[in-house]
Amino acid sequence: MAQFHMEWPGFTLDLDLNMPARGVTAIFGHSGSGKTTLLRCIAGLERAPQGFLRFKGEAWQDERTFLPVHKRPLGYVFQEASLFPHLSVLGNLRYGLSRSKAASSGRLDQAVELLGIGHLLERKPDRLSGGERQRVGIARALAVSPRLLLMDEPLAALDMKRKHEILPYLERLHRTMDLPILYVTHSPDEVVRLADHLVVMEDGRVLAHGTLAETLPYIDLPLTMAEERQISEVLKRVAGNKSQAAKWLGIDYTTLLRRLKGMEGKGGGLEVIRQQLG
Amino acid sequence: MLLTDSDLQSIWLTIRLATIVTLILLMTGTPIAWWLARSRSRWKGPIGAVVALPLVLPPSVLGFYLLLAMGPRGPVGHLTRVLGIEPLPFTFWGLVLASVFYSLPFMVQPLQNAFESIGDRFLEVAATLRASPLDAFFTVALPLARSGFLTASVLTFSHTVGEFGVVLMIGGNIPGVSRVASVQIYDHVEAMEYGEAHRMAAVMLIFSFMVLLALYANRPNARKV
Repeated sequence: MAQFHMEWPGFTLDLDLNMPARGVTAIFGHSGSGKTTLLRCIAGLERAPQGFLRFKGEAWQDERTFLPVHKRPLGYVFQEASLFPHLSVLGNLRYGLSRSKAASSGRLDQAVELLGIGHLLERKPDRLSGGERQRVGIARALAVSPRLLLMDEPLAALDMKRKHEILPYLERLHRTMDLPILYVTHSPDEVVRLADHLVVMEDGRVLAHGTLAETLPYIDLPLTMAEERQISEVLKRVAGNKSQAAKWLGIDYTTLLRRLKGMEGKGGGLEVIRQQLG
Repeated sequence: MLLTDSDLQSIWLTIRLATIVTLILLMTGTPIAWWLARSRSRWKGPIGAVVALPLVLPPSVLGFYLLLAMGPRGPVGHLTRVLGIEPLPFTFWGLVLASVFYSLPFMVQPLQNAFESIGDRFLEVAATLRASPLDAFFTVALPLARSGFLTASVLTFSHTVGEFGVVLMIGGNIPGVSRVASVQIYDHVEAMEYGEAHRMAAVMLIFSFMVLLALYANRPNARKV
């Protein structure tokens, strides 16, 4: 449970997030919508002049208190992995581990295993690929045993290929960790694949927030490609149940059928959908 | 023997002076450079200008003001009298104090550049990994600014070795106390001892070249992160 009320000169942000104990809450919006600022304020990396922030009953910011970043029980994944260049991969992973009271080496091993970086531990960050670097960055954030994981567009700096290399790890993270995750993104694709809850932001305001089914219609998808992928992903998640998929997508049943027909004969993603529909 | 005893004595004195000044400035210049690199205070401009003053001020001007400050009527002179220590002018420690001011920008500016080039991101990462600001300074900022520390120390040391005007104003020309290498050369020339002056000058020239060579040869490696 987290409550935010933030005021800057220019805009106000009001948000009551009833976050489940686990699962991904995506914060979606175009650049300049204030989503990264929101995340930085939650972490304490920035200070909203008028702010109120409470996490699971604990005050992180109000009129009197401002809990500094290093005392907040969170993990943060930046857009660029930002690994410490003077430390090895293991040194990076241990940096937070040795400073966090909650952390245990068991958690580190789990993070290493989850992100598949066991063979990279002795390397220096400049010997890693972009995708490997970001996986280490995510494991480093997990190693401090955070009670809340904040991720700021962790895939945005990567190309398509690397993105698809990491997405499966994020899905695994989502499935196996007992941890609420706030995931900032501007990619509908990532929302559909990872999110349980969605906060849609525009110009520093919250346009909509709730379960994926309730909020997906607020995401407009400019590209048919993205749209097709969204439809196929949603179909996958509802095991091919078309009427439920239509509800999730916020379109009526006949529109969905029309779109599926339109996607036919284009090959590629279509095969997946055919299999889903049986 | 190429160099006389008094030549060797002045070289030894110079090395001692430059080492002590470099150590003092490492401890005092680092927080100043850190503050200048990170602060958004409106005092940043004025303080930065004061630190840079010795770069443009004639050493005799700086030496003159320092002499007044250390003299019996100056604030430093007053302090030394209250504390019961001997007045600083014409002593080794007076020379140290003057050199600290004179070499300050050579320590602060390379360090400030090094700290600025680290940026905010790594310190933010450290904070999200539970490191307090002081902890992050020692475990992230210092190691990442390593090449800056090398540059700053070498420049400070060699600049102190090369000073002349401030030494004459503060320390005078007392053998074993304040007669540093540059003053020794001046004395040799004054006394028409060109042979001795040549040898001392050659030692200084070779030293300076070696220092700069070490510094520039190190650059490309230091750049690689």
